[in-house]
Amino acid sequence: MTGALDKRMTPDEIVGRLRSGMTLGIGGWGSRRKPMALVRALLRSDVTDLTLVSYGGPDVGLLAQAGRIRKLITAFTTLDSIPLEPHFRAARERGAFELVELDEAMFMQGLTAGAQRLPFLPIRAGLGSDVLRVNPQLRTVTSPYEDGEELVAVPALRMDAALVHMNRADRSGNGQYLGPDPYFDDLFCEAADTAYVSCERVVESAALTEHAAPQTMLISRHSVTGVAETPKGAHFTSCVPDYGRDEPFQKAYATAAADPDAWDAFRTRFLAGDERAYHLAVQTWHKEQR
Amino acid sequence: MTSTTERTATRAEYCVIACAEAWRDAGEILASPMGTVPAVAARLAKLTFSPDLLLTDGEALLIGDVPAVGAASAVTEGWLPYRRHLTMVMGGRRHVMMGASQIDRFGNQNISCIGDWERPKRQLLGVRGAPVNTLNNPVSYWIPRHSTRVFVAKVDMISGVGHDSAAAAGPAATRFHDLRRVVSDLGVFDFATPDRAMRLVSLHPGVTVDQVREATGFELVLPDDVPATREPTREELRLIRDVVDPSGLRDREVRA
Repeated sequence: MTGALDKRMTPDEIVGRLRSGMTLGIGGWGSRRKPMALVRALLRSDVTDLTLVSYGGPDVGLLAQAGRIRKLITAFTTLDSIPLEPHFRAARERGAFELVELDEAMFMQGLTAGAQRLPFLPIRAGLGSDVLRVNPQLRTVTSPYEDGEELVAVPALRMDAALVHMNRADRSGNGQYLGPDPYFDDLFCEAADTAYVSCERVVESAALTEHAAPQTMLISRHSVTGVAETPKGAHFTSCVPDYGRDEPFQKAYATAAADPDAWDAFRTRFLAGDERAYHLAVQTWHKEQR
Repeated sequence: MTSTTERTATRAEYCVIACAEAWRDAGEILASPMGTVPAVAARLAKLTFSPDLLLTDGEALLIGDVPAVGAASAVTEGWLPYRRHLTMVMGGRRHVMMGASQIDRFGNQNISCIGDWERPKRQLLGVRGAPVNTLNNPVSYWIPRHSTRVFVAKVDMISGVGHDSAAAAGPAATRFHDLRRVVSDLGVFDFATPDRAMRLVSLHPGVTVDQVREATGFELVLPDDVPATREPTREELRLIRDVVDPSGLRDREVRA
């Protein structure tokens, strides 16, 4: 294809463009299609002091444990099949970072406002709840119409950079999801000044819709800065239909995360090397479990 | 012939019946059950008195059949990814039954954290969708272990909005606020009182008023005569035991 922009980068090149102190969005949802290879690259870097925007899962847990988060904006942090993320829980209980705790729909409105370059979007959610008490920066807005309703004005969530993981992408950054749920990855990319897409496979543009409907094309290249091919790059979260969540490994992660000594051993075994070393270590671990 | 030889309903089965009643005659809305007993109950309701209910697979699909809990669905009748789900919540055509780590006399619910929010003693789930749920669509609660740890005088973090909090927040908060019922392993409760305080509606067979009073950390409104939670029909028992929950998952959530 002549003239097609080639935005391919390695995970380390992507992380090399991130700076300490940035507001960083991470796509996916809980323990579902998280850009874990990029998170692991982030852990290998010295980027820190982050304001993290995420429907949180192990991405938040790992970065919290490593002390990289100054401020977290989230509606929850969960491993789905394991309701509580142990690192997140421990970090909260030791007061490790500032938290902006929003309702799930408030968070969606914030992303939408960010993508649309609006200062805020109104929502009913939040009224009467302690979300307003613990976030004294949140304001209400009064409808100028006859109803005169007073609603919460969710401020835009704008980010310096976003990281998302797709099933497929082309080299220009057109991203495709093939599972049942897009989550909010397109909004993350559009609400960020720069956005990086990791994917299971980089393919030719023509191959993307050879066997899939065009509405699977979630992310458009105009909102993407860089693309990385990271096979099993969402592991241990799910990346349906390429693979489901690695439940046994997630369980081992959660067990280790609940105990500092066990966590040191886990980190040494799985997170001390590069991405290739990670996957080899996971493979070996699985063989031992049989 | 069915395998329903035992005629006496278990505590878990009374809980299923009490939860299912939350969705009676609900019409064409989404039933969102959280927890095993509510999941069994929503399916039972759809198979009996509320056939038009919509159900999901727990992720992004609306299912057109009623498989057993934990089993795969064979029919997809719609698509409901998270962003559409949140829009549906705000559109109101949904009745969710949530859990509660704490709930108070006016129905304020907490799933976020225990202790001071700034630095919690126990971090829990976070508010999740409780604020948007309670202000936009009917909400009920399921509490598998009724105790003074859950039924508290004041919740530590208002995730789900109760009647007093909604009233204090004004008309935009009360407009679609609709707390329907609370079901625990001991009985059924609602807020049909002049000041919208929690009231005992029925006791599951074998439970006494004193037992409920002792397990509740605030003063419940107690009617003079408290009826028993209704008996399941033979057909309902058959559906629960043979069709919706043949592996007895309900018993793992409710003490015998």
